[in-house]
Amino acid sequence: MEFFLLTFFLIQFLQKRLETPAKYPDLDKILVFARYASIGLLSAFYIFNSSTFIHWLWYPFVGSLLWFVYNKEEFKVVRPLIHSALPFIGISLIADFAELILSQKIFNQCETYFQAAKVFAFLWLFALWYNSQKQQKALEREREEQRKKDEINEAKKNALEYLVNERTIELTRQKEELQKTVDELKATQNQLIQSEKMASLGELTAGIAHEIQNPLNFVNNFSEVSVELCQELEEEIDKTSIPEADKEYIKEILGDLSQNQQKITHHGKRADSIVKGMLQHSRTSSGTKEPTDVNALADEYMRLAYHGLRAKDKEFNATLTTDFDPNIGKVAVMPQDLGRVFLNLFTNAFYAVAEKKKLSKGNPALENYKPEVKIVTKLFGGKLYIRVTDNGTGMPENVKAKIFQPFFTTKPTGQGTGLGLSMSYDIITKSHDGLLDVETVAGEGTEFKITLPVG
Amino acid sequence: MKILVVDDEPDVQALFEQRFRREIRAGEFQFSFSFSGEDALNYLENHASEVVMILSDINMPGMSGIELLRSIRKDRPMAPPVIMMITAYGDKENYEQAMKFGADDFLTKPVNFTELKQKLQERYEG
Repeated sequence: MEFFLLTFFLIQFLQKRLETPAKYPDLDKILVFARYASIGLLSAFYIFNSSTFIHWLWYPFVGSLLWFVYNKEEFKVVRPLIHSALPFIGISLIADFAELILSQKIFNQCETYFQAAKVFAFLWLFALWYNSQKQQKALEREREEQRKKDEINEAKKNALEYLVNERTIELTRQKEELQKTVDELKATQNQLIQSEKMASLGELTAGIAHEIQNPLNFVNNFSEVSVELCQELEEEIDKTSIPEADKEYIKEILGDLSQNQQKITHHGKRADSIVKGMLQHSRTSSGTKEPTDVNALADEYMRLAYHGLRAKDKEFNATLTTDFDPNIGKVAVMPQDLGRVFLNLFTNAFYAVAEKKKLSKGNPALENYKPEVKIVTKLFGGKLYIRVTDNGTGMPENVKAKIFQPFFTTKPTGQGTGLGLSMSYDIITKSHDGLLDVETVAGEGTEFKITLPVG
Repeated sequence: MKILVVDDEPDVQALFEQRFRREIRAGEFQFSFSFSGEDALNYLENHASEVVMILSDINMPGMSGIELLRSIRKDRPMAPPVIMMITAYGDKENYEQAMKFGADDFLTKPVNFTELKQKLQERYEG
């Protein structure tokens, strides 16, 4: 009976403590089998009238069960329990042996001791088990607490991780923003350097012009007056009585002299017009802004430039396309200055398409080339955008880099001063606080982009 | 008519003398030249009653044309000469200053001699 209880509780205990049905299904099968075997043995014991043989069968059964449990790695934690069972089994074994060997009389005398020892061993066993159970519970409580702490820690950790993540995202965003700002600053710096360069070149140009103008005035004036002097001299010669042949010869020389003076005047005037152009650099800001119909202004100068070129080259022809934003109204600009910008841009555009037209002759690739110059205006977001586009010769990168510099020109000598675009640049960026940009593809065309702040 | 030309460029003398050769020969005009504002004031000191007209440059080292103009208008309110200012800087500021201090006319360089001649003739005849 005691052994049954022992096995029964042991198996129950193992199953519960180690959760064998879930964790070790193979071992659990053996435990279940052992339980049925113990029930079988108990039943057999009573069926066969408390047979001593059956009683003895308990020893190998319990021994092998304990042995089995003791040697399994999985049951390592319950080994102390096996130890605690040993005294009871030992006392039972000794008592049973004593019953077997000793005479009934002697045995009867000590049976009470055996019984008492057995009870103590049994109590000892259960006390240990109970204790173990208690410890187990305490442990579990501790584990539970630990688990709760872990949970709290886990929650804290998660919260921290969330924070870190959030901060990381924030920092990344800030970094990107900073990067963007740095890029913008770099672009602005480049623009500033460029406009500073242009400004100092413009000032230098104006300064040079001032210095040149005075001596140039003398050249022009003296050459002009020399022409008059030649005429006077010719008149005076007629009054003298030197031979006609000599007079003719002198007059011939005077004619040449006069012609030379005229050439000096002619080229002097040419230089003078260049100097005038240069001086306009320093006078770009002298105008005042007034409400102007920019569309009408652009249209006027487009036609002016077109007819200017037509006058020189009768064959020239180009399509003029206008795409004006009707909502612009009147914008405060310096009409004369902006007109000069338009004139420069359109003159260049027409020149570029005319050049390409010349190239297209005898070139099958450009057989269907149709020169086109286009102006687009658009008011958007407090800014006025103006685009002057042509499908002319375009510019290579090295030319594009220099077009806003004073005196840079690709036109043949005498046809361009190289001041048009540099002045336009000054007018747009300095007088109007705007932007003048260019996009170009060599052989394809060019687009000049003006951006003006409005209001 | 005696005209005093004030300019820091000495070549102005040759230029005027050649440009107005006929008029000088005909005795219509008589030119004197000063090469600074101070010079001009000295000259006026000695020839005050002779000079009828003064043509003065504005941008000169030392005394500027405007200062000369002020000084003449201040010191010689009696029998004032006609004063024309000539400058390479045809800007508003110069013009307004010249007019404010009593200039009679304002010309920009390069001087258009045909125009100048006409103006002088008008004054001569008028």
